[in-house]
Formats: sequence, C-alpha cells, structure tokens
Amino acid sequence: MTGWLDTLLVLIVLTNLKLLGSGRLGGCIRVVAAQGILLGGLPLLAAGEVPGTRALLLSAAGVGLKGIVFPWLLLRALREVKVQREVRPFLGYTASMLLGGGVLGVALWASARMPLPPAVRSSLLVPVALATMLTGLLVVVSRSKAITQVLGYLVFENGIYAFGVGIAPDAPVLVELGILLDVFVAVFVMGITIFHISREFDDIDTEQLSALRDWRPAPGSDGQGTAP
Amino acid sequence: MILLLLGLPALAGVAAFLLRRDAARRALLVAAAMAHAGLAASCWWVRPAPLPSGWLALDAAGLLFLTLTSVLFLASAIYAVEYLRREVRGRRADFVEGALFSNAPEAAFTGCLLFFLATMTLVCVSRHLGILWVAVEATTLASAPLIYFHRHHRSLEATWKYLVICSVGIGLALLGTLCLAVAAASPEGGAASMVLDDLLARGASLQPDWLRLAFLLLLVGYGTKMGLAPLHTWLPDAHSESPSLVSALLSGALLNCAFLAVMRSQQVLDAGGQGALGRHLLVTFGLASMALAGVFVLGQTDYKRMLAYSSVEHMGILALGVGLGAGAARGAMLHAVNHSLAKGVMFLVAGNILHAYRTKAVAGVRGLVRVLPFSGPLWIAGMLAVTGSPPFGPFLSEFTILSGALAQGRGVVAAIYLACLAVVFVGMGQTVLRMGQGPAPADPPDSGAAESWTSVVVPGALAAIVLALGLYVPPDLDALLREAALLVGGA
Repeated sequence: MTGWLDTLLVLIVLTNLKLLGSGRLGGCIRVVAAQGILLGGLPLLAAGEVPGTRALLLSAAGVGLKGIVFPWLLLRALREVKVQREVRPFLGYTASMLLGGGVLGVALWASARMPLPPAVRSSLLVPVALATMLTGLLVVVSRSKAITQVLGYLVFENGIYAFGVGIAPDAPVLVELGILLDVFVAVFVMGITIFHISREFDDIDTEQLSALRDWRPAPGSDGQGTAP
Repeated sequence: MILLLLGLPALAGVAAFLLRRDAARRALLVAAAMAHAGLAASCWWVRPAPLPSGWLALDAAGLLFLTLTSVLFLASAIYAVEYLRREVRGRRADFVEGALFSNAPEAAFTGCLLFFLATMTLVCVSRHLGILWVAVEATTLASAPLIYFHRHHRSLEATWKYLVICSVGIGLALLGTLCLAVAAASPEGGAASMVLDDLLARGASLQPDWLRLAFLLLLVGYGTKMGLAPLHTWLPDAHSESPSLVSALLSGALLNCAFLAVMRSQQVLDAGGQGALGRHLLVTFGLASMALAGVFVLGQTDYKRMLAYSSVEHMGILALGVGLGAGAARGAMLHAVNHSLAKGVMFLVAGNILHAYRTKAVAGVRGLVRVLPFSGPLWIAGMLAVTGSPPFGPFLSEFTILSGALAQGRGVVAAIYLACLAVVFVGMGQTVLRMGQGPAPADPPDSGAAESWTSVVVPGALAAIVLALGLYVPPDLDALLREAALLVGGA
C-alpha cells in the first residue's frame, strides 16, 4: 500500500509544479481540479489496509468538492467575467517553478526535524503536505488575478487537508466535514466577490484593489478631504 | 440551552432571507437580538449543562465573551433599524468619488448579520478545537457580505482583502490545530481527543516540540483575525469601509472571539508546561500592536480608520495582559469588556457623524458639538473612555494591567506600555477635539436626520455602562472576570 501512497504523493508534487508553470487561468483551474481528485484518494490509502466507512465518506466528499464542485464554480466564474485569460504573474514561470523546487527542499528538510507519530504511513507525506501549503501561499502572493488567489488558497487548504488526513487519521468525521464545508463556503463567497470585482473594474486583477491606504501621495487631491 | 443560543439566530437569519417586508424583517432582527441577550443573561444564573459529547460547553471566559457579543449585537440591532430606514434607496452618488453605487439587498444584510451572531456564539461555546476553528472561519464568511453592503469599489477592496488575508491566516490556525492533534497522539498510535478538557487533562504528556509549533501557528492564525500587528493589515480597511454598526460588531465582538481562540491556545500550552513561550510571544505581539497603532493614529486623516487602529492598540493591550498573567490577566478580561462597549459607542456615533457630514475625512468635520448636540459630546466622551481617561472603565482596566506589570518587576514593558498609551491619547485627542470644536460649517449638514431617538440613546446607554464600570465593578462580574482570568494563569 505504501507504494501506491508514495506514487500519489509524487503526483501531487507534480501538480504543484505544473500549477506554478501554467500561464492560462483555465489550465490552472484544471490542474487544481486534478490535485483535488488525487487528494480524494489520500484518505483511502492513508487509513490502512481496508478503508472503513469514514475513509470512504471523506474520500467521496473530497473528490466531489475539490475535484468537481470547486473547479466547476471557478470555471463558471471565469466564463461569466470574460477577462483576459492569462495569469500575469508578478514572478516569471521559470522562477516560480525553481522556487517551487526550492520549497520542496525546504519542506523535506523541515519535516525531517520533527518527531513523527507512528500513525504516519509514508515518510513523504509530511514534506509533500508542507510543500503543497507553501506552493499555495506562493501562488497567492505571486499572481495578480483574483481567481489565482482563490486557487492559491485552495492549494494551501489542500496541503493542510493532506497533512490532516495523513497525520491525524482518527479525527471525528463531523469536524472534517465541517472544515470541508467551511472551505466550500469560502470558495463560494470568493467566487461571488470575483464576479463583483469584474463588474466594478471590468477586470479581476487585484492590482486594481489599491485605493485603501493610510498615507496618500498628495493630500486633498484624492477627493477624501472635501465634503460634497 | 446551548443549542437554543445557537439555533435562535441561525433560524432567524434564514427567516430574514425569506421575509419580504422590510418592517417585519427589522422587527425580527431586534426581536432575535433581544431573545439572544435574554438567553445569554439567563446563563449568568444557571450555567447551562455541557453537551454530552463535551464539544459545546460554556465556561467563564465563554460566558464573558458571549455576553459581550450579545449586548453589542442588541445595541447594533436597535441602531440598525434607524440606520436601514435612513439609507437612500436605489443608485446614488458616492460622496468620496462621485461614482454611482447601490446597496446590497437588505434581506441579505439582515440575514448575514444574524448568521454572524450565530457563528460568534459558536466560537464562545465551542470546547472542541476543531469546532472552534470551523466557527472562527465561519465568522469571516458570515461577515464578509456585511462589509460589502455599500457596493462601491472601496468596500469591495476591503471585502476581498478581508476574505483572502483572514482565510489564509485562519488556514494556519487549522494547521496549528492539526499539529496539536499530533502533539496529543499517544505513542501507541491511539486516537487523540481534541476536546479542550481532555487536552488540559493530558497536560505534560503532550509532545513538547509539536505543542510549541502548534501554538505558534495558532497564535499567528487567530492573531491575524484578532488584528495583532503585523498581521492586522485587513483590519483598518474592513473597519473603515463597512457600515458603522458592522464596524462596531467587528471591533467589539469579532476581535474578542478571535482573542478567545488565542486564550484557548495559551490554556493548552500552559497545561503542557510550555506556557512561558506563549507569554513571551503575547507580550511581544501586544507591545508591537500598541506601538504600530500609535504610529498610525497620529495624524490619521480618516476618523473611522483612526478607530480601527485604536482597536489594534486595544487588542495589543489584551494580548499584553494575558501575556503578563497574574493580576494583569484579570485586568485584560475587564479591559475586553470596557473596550467592546467604548468602541461600540465610538463606531455608532461615527455612523451619525458620517450621515450628517457625508465625509470620513477628519478635515471635513468641524463644529461637531454645535451641529450634533448629542452625538458631539458623546464622541468626545467616547474618545476619553477609549483612551483610558478617568473616570471611565478603561482607565481602571489599563491601570490594573500596569500595576500587574510593575508587580512583576517588568519595568521596561510598563514604560513602553505607558508611552504607547500616551501617544494614542495625544493622537486621538487631537483629532477628536478638532472635529468637535470650531464654528458649524456654513452649509449646515443634515443634522436632524442624523440624530434620531435611537441613534443617540443606544450609544448613550453603552457610554453610561462604560462610565459605571469605571466607578463600580459589580461583584458578579468581578467573580466572572477572576474565573476567566484563572483559565490563563491570572489571579
């Protein structure tokens, strides 16, 4: 079983790198969908020899939400807003992928320093989960479109999910489902907000969202200082 | 009882989405707020029994913050009736930039307001750390649409930052919760219970490395939501762009809920014998927040942003108080009460000022005391209360924290604390007095509509409570504060 688990984990790492190298928004969403489906297999493989009802339930909920519902919501949002389909990164694709590799190294180094409980079935699990979280954060800060920020948040959440499933396989199902529900509502609310952003600005580039700050370049020239 | 506390606002929220008539929906909002406050008050006489699973229960700290949330929500709900009535319908010009905008549907606003109350109640009563996380994240999601009530691009920007920063921050808290599960896993590989009481009972058998890592992540995660510097970046935007009654709830109730989550983390860390690390970090974050707030309050040109930075300062004071422990922890509990009520006064009055003058710029507001004969003096009284002047409540609680610091011989901490308080006092005092004084503007603002009966009485009542707490702390409240402070190593 460990062989299958390791294969799955390596595939998850590949989706991380693919995401960092993808230049089209639709492609990015599909990569995250693939990662969601891969993650859905994790509860089955991490649970032990024979997956119980709990693992099946979590796996089904995970594949359903992360593999199908989220990508569908985001692709729909993308169609609605009719924006330019390029990612427009602050950080180039090659540099992003190199950083992604570096992140994996950091994750391997860091997780070797913590004592792991015996429940963890693969030594790759914690580093892969950590690398996935860091990749998610990297996407949040290095891409400018609102949709890519949601994708980054999702990948970050995927990493936490992998960590949780692998390391605490006995957590109550109710709590895990609560967490999935929260992420679902988060993506839903963010999707609605993206729709509003595109309507307000004719674009979903978050560089437009920079009106709120404490000190303005020229006081009075921004219209703040005058009553109508 | 606990389920009733949770179910009542949730069901009322669903009903608010379905009701078609505005008047009926507003009545429902106030009725639900009153019923919730009544239920919370009854918990003071008979502490409700925990649920059999132990996942939901009400301890002293939970009851304290539940009561605060409920009182502030009741005040905001009554204020909201008038607020929603005087909102102009349809598209209108934005007074900052002149662009057209409209409001979100009122049904969605009221519904989300009630869901927000339900999720904050869940934070106060949850004893299972997983449920606690779910509840804190749910507060973000329920409150995000509230910030975007006035649909213009600035509130949209604030909503987006709030959603992304808080969701990622709270994601770190989830990671921390999982690390805690690892710390609690027994070496034989048995299941770890994440119920707070079980974790506290496990105490020293928690794995120390994972426990420390878990605390760090929990502090950063919930600290983001609480607005501790340098993780506060969403806070000034969200507080300044949302409707004033929502700002009051965000500042007075939501930040407290996040603070409660930080307290729970410190409780577990104390039980694991690693409490010193947490206290050190809380003192550092606390002083950093106070110093940063001082810098940004000085010369602030937007009075709602000024109030937001004042919230950052007060969250710093709370973190500092808990970090110092002993007498200072009890001061922090009292300060949480005082800050919530005083900030409620300030934000609700700010709503009146905004309505009368149609600007959030300090420079655009002059002669407040003459133009708004009730709100003007309340604005100045609220400022005196928030900055910790006698005879208001915050003076007493800030003084308790100071004497706690001195009693432990933490002279440097006490000196920085006093310096920050002084800077904020000067910054806020200067701004607020400048707004209050001077001649009334030549074109008289719309003062009649801004000061209706409820829009003055509600903040006035909160101000009266803050004043009363400065003169006399009732024995029941004092006992509860002591009990709550004991949870985090207070005395």
